[in-house]
Amino acid sequence: MFDIVNIEKPDTLEAALEMLTRNPDMKIIAGGTDVLIKMRNGALEEAELLSLRNIPGMDEISILNNGTISIGAMATFAKIFRSSIINENLPVLSEAAVSVGGPQIRNMATIGGNICNGAVSADSAATLLAYDAELKLLSRSGSRTVPIREFYAGPGKVNLRPAEILTDILIPKAGYDKTSGCYIKYSSRKAMDIAMLGVSVVCKTEGGKFSDVRIALGVAAPVPIRCSEAEAYAIGKEISDETMKETGRYAVKASKARDSWRASKAYREHLIEVMVFRALKEAVIRGGGVYNG
Amino acid sequence: MIEGEKMAFEIVGKRTIRKDAAAKVTGRAKYADDFFEGDMLVGKVLRSPYAHAVVKHIDTSKAKALPGVEAVITHEDLPKLKYATAGHPWSLDPGHRDVADRLILTDKARYVGDGIAAVVASDTLTAEKALKLIEVEYEVLPFVLDPEKAMLPGAPVIHEEKPDNILGDASEEIGNIEEDFRKADHIFEGVYETSIVQHCHLEIQSAYAYADADGRIVIVSSTQIPHIARRIVGQALGMPWGKIRIIKPYIGGGFGNKQDIIVEPIAAAMSLAVNGRPVRYALTREECFVDTRTRHAMKLYMKTAVTKEGKLLSLHMRPISNNGAYASHGHTIVMSAGGKFRLLYDFNSIKYEPKTVYTNLPAAGAMRGYGCPQIFFALESHIEDIAREMKMDPIEFRKQNLISVGKKDPHSEIVVRTFGLPECIEKGKQLIKWDEKLEKYKEQKGTKRRGLGMACFSYATGTYPHGFEIAGARIVMNQDGSVQLQVGATEIGQGSDTVLSQIAAEVLGLPYDMVHIVSQQDTDISPFDLGAYASRQTFVSGAAVRKAAEEVKGKVLEMASEKTGLSIDELDIKAARIVERKSGNEICTLEDIAMESYYDRVNAEPIFGNASYNVRTNAMAYGVTFAEVEVDMETGRIEVIEIYNVHDSGVIVNPMLAEGQVHGGVSMSLGYALSEQLLFDPETGRPLNNNFLDYKLQTIMDTPDIGSAFVQLHEPEGSVGQKSLGENTTISPAPAVRNAVLNATGVAFNKLPMTPQKVFEKFKQAGLL
Repeated sequence: MFDIVNIEKPDTLEAALEMLTRNPDMKIIAGGTDVLIKMRNGALEEAELLSLRNIPGMDEISILNNGTISIGAMATFAKIFRSSIINENLPVLSEAAVSVGGPQIRNMATIGGNICNGAVSADSAATLLAYDAELKLLSRSGSRTVPIREFYAGPGKVNLRPAEILTDILIPKAGYDKTSGCYIKYSSRKAMDIAMLGVSVVCKTEGGKFSDVRIALGVAAPVPIRCSEAEAYAIGKEISDETMKETGRYAVKASKARDSWRASKAYREHLIEVMVFRALKEAVIRGGGVYNG
Repeated sequence: MIEGEKMAFEIVGKRTIRKDAAAKVTGRAKYADDFFEGDMLVGKVLRSPYAHAVVKHIDTSKAKALPGVEAVITHEDLPKLKYATAGHPWSLDPGHRDVADRLILTDKARYVGDGIAAVVASDTLTAEKALKLIEVEYEVLPFVLDPEKAMLPGAPVIHEEKPDNILGDASEEIGNIEEDFRKADHIFEGVYETSIVQHCHLEIQSAYAYADADGRIVIVSSTQIPHIARRIVGQALGMPWGKIRIIKPYIGGGFGNKQDIIVEPIAAAMSLAVNGRPVRYALTREECFVDTRTRHAMKLYMKTAVTKEGKLLSLHMRPISNNGAYASHGHTIVMSAGGKFRLLYDFNSIKYEPKTVYTNLPAAGAMRGYGCPQIFFALESHIEDIAREMKMDPIEFRKQNLISVGKKDPHSEIVVRTFGLPECIEKGKQLIKWDEKLEKYKEQKGTKRRGLGMACFSYATGTYPHGFEIAGARIVMNQDGSVQLQVGATEIGQGSDTVLSQIAAEVLGLPYDMVHIVSQQDTDISPFDLGAYASRQTFVSGAAVRKAAEEVKGKVLEMASEKTGLSIDELDIKAARIVERKSGNEICTLEDIAMESYYDRVNAEPIFGNASYNVRTNAMAYGVTFAEVEVDMETGRIEVIEIYNVHDSGVIVNPMLAEGQVHGGVSMSLGYALSEQLLFDPETGRPLNNNFLDYKLQTIMDTPDIGSAFVQLHEPEGSVGQKSLGENTTISPAPAVRNAVLNATGVAFNKLPMTPQKVFEKFKQAGLL
């Protein structure tokens, strides 16, 4: 049994925004795979819920005229990993989407909910960071677009203003064009688990060298992060095991891993080094890149 | 009949479809939570946030005032009767009884989660809100989680009755170990540790209770042991046992956690608090992790004397068993396991000195394997280490030290009559291609390294002679010659309904589908049987079924003899027909006889058989696991690539179910080896991961294909040549995986589970990283 006082299911975004403006205490619920857990744990009591499920079109995935890929916030992970637009252009996001929970969770959980929940372990977050995604946020005073890099404010906290709804995730063409990549979800189990570390790598190569490298980590700091120093190190370097290993070492510098009963700082840092190397190597291989060990 | 080595069976040994398959697949099978009463209430328990604290005062007035709350109870409202919860048969000898250290609700919390008060309300949400309104004043006491610290002078005393916190320290010695250690060429020592894990049955403990029109308490519960539950509920409530009725519907798994009385007494107390209205008390998964039972974590000190030829002379084993806050099965577990491992290797002398210790943790109790997964992790790791140190082939080393047929344990007096282990080992070696792969993996340098390992075990069948093994069965023949089989043994997913039906069909000469089994046990109706545990059902309850079936068969043949003038010895039943034994010629149908038994105006007497069987024997079962692993030398992740369990469990009554037991048991043991561990905050004693996200039960994606094979020898003590199997499957995989990791990496892991971080840390220590 859940402690729900009221649930509203508006049919339009306008109606949703109006309800939210009138009552900013309302909790937005999308797939419910995080919100219901919070209620069950007692972290959310006497909930007044605002469901976005009855609003048509919020789960659409499309390519805009300028090449930007737009993913509706209500798109489920099942829809994302089955989408041909995603598989052809953002294969790393597909890889991240299919790593979420199990089939039942992927059928319910939405990418918008995953982002707005603010969890550092969100499987989609690291990859969206690596693809330089932007978030389209709507309120009654208008819409604004913010880079996902600026959206995370702290553990479980995002820069969502009161009475604001995330409607779309946008990946501009420059973010994905001619890239290859890899997402490694390092977790205890191969399914039904959260990441102990998530590593997402997107890169471009040219003439045996890295021309672009983007590395994002989940569960390596209080929020999902990009590893700027590591990226700067790798760009322009020859593609070799040595370069990629060194990039892994640089990635550790960006992290703020800590000791917990789930894993030690030493082990987390070791994993960052190893997994960044492995993800980079796999990204290069997938991109058809050739390197000499 | 079905005696003798070469007996060909008609139905025993066949892959008959489970009796409960259709009910479970179609959703018709009803579990405890599927039963509803119109005026049912919900019960919830307030749990101690402290690991050790005296309840000074409880104020329930605010909770009672909440609309929808029907009752709030504390220890003050209940009889001050301490009772024992272990699902053992009652003993007429007071010296043989389980330790009675539990109250339904306690006045002193002994672990985080101990039940302090209970609310009965109209719904779960109201009950949960009411719990928050109960005000408890605690006197917080120091606590202890480590059993070795709990035994030190000055440690917090958990139960006044045991001021040293030692729940049990009975030990055993066979032969003279001092003498053998003096004679030894080599002495090896090792310390091995296992962790706290849980059964993780999908169906969580759930019961509902009400008082019937006669004022008797009826409890529908997910239990393995309805008849024992009746007795313990009676003791806990101080009520005559006959006033308690337990009904056991379909169960979603138990693995020993439901061989203990956990939810039934409090469900009854909740109902009594509201004048007998039905109250459901169902645990959440989070509650299940702390307030049911766990597997005892053990630390095992091993010391072994060996001759230079590699003959095992003597073993000194000292297990320290962490029992948690309440006795439950207590010292019985480590003592029982001690009796089982002795019939594997031919030690000249053994000294077994276990200690079972109270700590401020959730109570440990029975769990599949009953102490043996711990004991054999230590023993088979230790044996492997000895063989390596002596530069002997680990398989040859084991083989030259195995017992042989005729071996008798001087204490239990169990005699090994069939011993298929050497053949199991050969089979396992072939299945995994042992020699070929060992050669291939000799010089590995890469990031991923493979290795092979194996481990053996021995296990008993049921609990005789330490325990008492009684079973009951009733068979009623219908007009068409089919029968209803009623058993007191409980189907808990292990398949007992199916194999007991096979045994009945075999003895009666009936097609399998003419045996209808009543799957639900009701203590008012079902024959007396102790329930499902100790891998006893096929052996013990099977003996009762055979006896009842023979009684029915005798009655049928007696009627047929009168009808035909042939003597009973000349007659038999085949495929529901009465035949002349020698020629096989049909005389009449079984239906003809059954119809006469019902409707013959002069001789009518419907045919039934009603048997109780007190099984006063045991049969040692054996087996071996062979495993291949791949170790990621950078991340420390261990992947099991191939695994085979080969069992000597006598005649396999149903190969499909036997394979299922292997799949389940091996997967349980792989979690034990690699990922599962219930963790507690050392600062507070609070559970850290009492949910399925953080407790790393493996998924099917993590589980390799599990191979199984059986060496079938006809066990003379088994009613159809059978021995135990259910628990056996979960004993040897963990040490086999450990030994395979040792083979792959050269690093010996003496502590479970071997999580990637632990492996990483050990690799760092060993200079591999």
